[in-house]
Amino acid sequence: MHVTSPVRTPLVTGGKTYADVTEDICRQVEGKPTREWTIAFAISFIVLIYGTACVFWTWWEGLGVWGLNKTIGWAWDITNFVWWVGIGHAGTLISAILLLFRMKYRTSINRAAEAMTIFAVICAATFILMHMGRPWMAHWALPLPNAFGSLWVNFNSPLVWDVFAISTYFTVSLVFWYIGLVPDLATIRDRATSKVSRYIYGVFSLGWNGGAKTWARYEYISLILAGISTPLVLSVHTIVSMDFATSVIPGWHTTIFPPYFVAGAIFSGFAMVQNLMLIIRVVFKLEDYITFEHIESMNKIITLTGSIVGVAYITEFFIAWYSGVEFESYAFLNRMAGPYWWAYWAMMTCNVISPQLFWSRRIRRSITWTFVLSVVVNIGMWFERFVIIVTSLHRDYLPSSWAMFTPTIFDISDYIFSFGLFFTLFLLFAKFLPVINMFEVKAIIRSSSEKLPKSIAGVAKGERVTNPTYNKDVE
Amino acid sequence: MADFHNSKFLVGVYDDDDVVLKAVKDVKEAGVRIHEVYTPFPIHGLDVALGHPRTRIGIAAFLFGLTGFLCMVALTLYTMKFDWPMVIGGKDPYAYPAYIPVMFEFTVLFTALGMVGTFLVSNGLGPTVKPLMFDLRSTDNKFVMAIDLEKNKLSEAEISSVLKSSGAAEVNIKQF
Repeated sequence: MHVTSPVRTPLVTGGKTYADVTEDICRQVEGKPTREWTIAFAISFIVLIYGTACVFWTWWEGLGVWGLNKTIGWAWDITNFVWWVGIGHAGTLISAILLLFRMKYRTSINRAAEAMTIFAVICAATFILMHMGRPWMAHWALPLPNAFGSLWVNFNSPLVWDVFAISTYFTVSLVFWYIGLVPDLATIRDRATSKVSRYIYGVFSLGWNGGAKTWARYEYISLILAGISTPLVLSVHTIVSMDFATSVIPGWHTTIFPPYFVAGAIFSGFAMVQNLMLIIRVVFKLEDYITFEHIESMNKIITLTGSIVGVAYITEFFIAWYSGVEFESYAFLNRMAGPYWWAYWAMMTCNVISPQLFWSRRIRRSITWTFVLSVVVNIGMWFERFVIIVTSLHRDYLPSSWAMFTPTIFDISDYIFSFGLFFTLFLLFAKFLPVINMFEVKAIIRSSSEKLPKSIAGVAKGERVTNPTYNKDVE
Repeated sequence: MADFHNSKFLVGVYDDDDVVLKAVKDVKEAGVRIHEVYTPFPIHGLDVALGHPRTRIGIAAFLFGLTGFLCMVALTLYTMKFDWPMVIGGKDPYAYPAYIPVMFEFTVLFTALGMVGTFLVSNGLGPTVKPLMFDLRSTDNKFVMAIDLEKNKLSEAEISSVLKSSGAAEVNIKQF
C-alpha cells in the first residue's frame, strides 16, 4: 500500500486528485482574464511601448544619447545584459540540475522558471542589440561568408564565444521548455470547448496522445536534455565572465570570475523565481502547489549561492592585495571608498548580508520576508554588475583619462523597457499556458501528497477494484 | 501514424496508475495483445511491461552531438587556419583551446535539436498531426488501455471480461 513517507514533508497539499491538478491549473488558461491580470498586463504593455519608443530613439540618434564616454565604453547596457542573463540561469538550473538530482520540489516551479529563462534571455539579447548601436549589422557577429573576402569572426574572442553560448542557451532552453509543455498542451486541447482553442492548442501539442512508448522516449530525452543543459548553464555565464576576465583591466582580470559569476547568476535567478512564484501563487490561487516547502527550498539555494558570492567578493579583495599589483589593489580600494562607494556598499548589503537572514527558519518560511529579500537580492545583483563594470573602467592605468559615468534618461528608459518586455511576455505566458507542469505534479502526487488522494485511496483500500489478485498485492 | 480506418478497438479505462500497470501483466497473461496504453503522465516500468524495446534515441543524440562538434572543428579549422590565419600572441593560428567553448556549444546545440527532432519523427508528432485519441480523459486523469479487436483471437466479450477483471472502471468500444 502507498503511504507518504513521514520523513518527507508533502509537496502538494489539499489531498489533490489527478483531476484536481488539471482543473486547478487549467482554470487560468480556460477562464476569462482576471482583473489583476488585466491591470498588470496593461501597465506592462504601456511600459513596453514607452520603452520601445526610447530604444528606437537610441538607435535613431546613436549611442550618444547614453551616458557613455571615451573612458567608460561599457556601463548600463552591459550591466543590464549580464543581470538579465544571470536571471535566466535559474530556470535551466531548476529544470536540469534539480531533475538530475531527483529533487521533486522542482515540479511545481520548473515551468514558470523556464519561461522566465526564455524571457530573461530575450531581454538580455535586446541590450546586446542596443549596445551595437546599429542592430541591422548584428549578423556580423556570426561566421557568415561575406563580400569582404576572407573576413571571419575571431574565434579567439570571448565576445564571439558569447554569441554562440547565448544563442545556444536560448535555443536549448526554448526547446526544453516547449517539449515540456507538449503533454500539458494536449490536456488543454482535449478539454477545449471552443473550436479555435482546440485548433491552436492542437497545433502546438503536436498530436500528443500520451502512449506508453512516447512517454518512455520522452523521459529519456528529458534526461539527456537535462544532462547537456547542466554544463550549458555553467558554460554560458562562465563565458560571459570571460568577456571581462580575459581583458587586462584591473578588477576584471581575475580567474575567480567564472564560478563567481555562475553562483551570482543562480543567486539572482532564484530570487526572481521567488518573486514570480509568490505572485503567481496568490493571484492564481495555487497555494496547494507552491507550498512553504518550495519557498523554503529555494531560499536555501539563495542562501548557499549568496554565501558563495560573498566568499568570492572577499577572495577578490584578498587576491588584489596578495598579488602585489598596485593597480589591482587600487581598483578594489576605489570600489570600496571611491566615488562609487554607494554602489559597492549597496551590493555588499544586499548580496552578502541580506541572504544570511535566511538562516532563520521563521524568515525562510515567511512570505513577506522572502518577497522583500528576493527583491533586495535582485537589486544587489544589479549593483554587483554595475560595480564590476563601471568602477573598473572609470579609473584604470592612466589617471589622465579617469572619468565618471552618469546614466541619462535613455539609459534608464532602456532598462525600464526590458521590464515592460519581460512582464508582458510573462503575463501572456501565465494567461495562455499552464504555469505549473501538470503531468509532473501528477507523477509525484502519490509520494508527495499531503494525504493519499481520494481517487487513489479508494483503490488502495480495494474499494474500486474488481480484481481480487490486485487487492492481495496492495494490502 | 498508422492507418486505423474502420478499425474497432476495445478501450479499458482505469482510475489508477498502479492498477493499470498490474492490469497490463494480467491482460497479457490472458493472451490478449495490447495495442497501447495511454496515460496522463509517465509510469515507470509501463513500457517494459508492454514489451516495448528500449529506446535508442540516446545513440541518435550522441551522433548528432558528434556531428555538431565536427562541424565546429571544420569551421574553425577552415576559417582560422586556412582561409584567414591570424597569429595572436605568437601562437599557432589554430590554437584550439580557444575554440573549445564554441565547439562545446555546437555539440550541445546539435544534440538538443537533433535528438528532439528524432523524437518527434519517431513518434509521429508534428503540428499537423491529428492525434489518435481513444479517450479524451487519458490526458487528464484516466489510464487507457486500447486493444485492437482485429489483431486478437479472443472475442469481444472475452476481452471485455479480461479487462474488467483486471480492474478497468469502464470498458468502451471505439471505432476509427
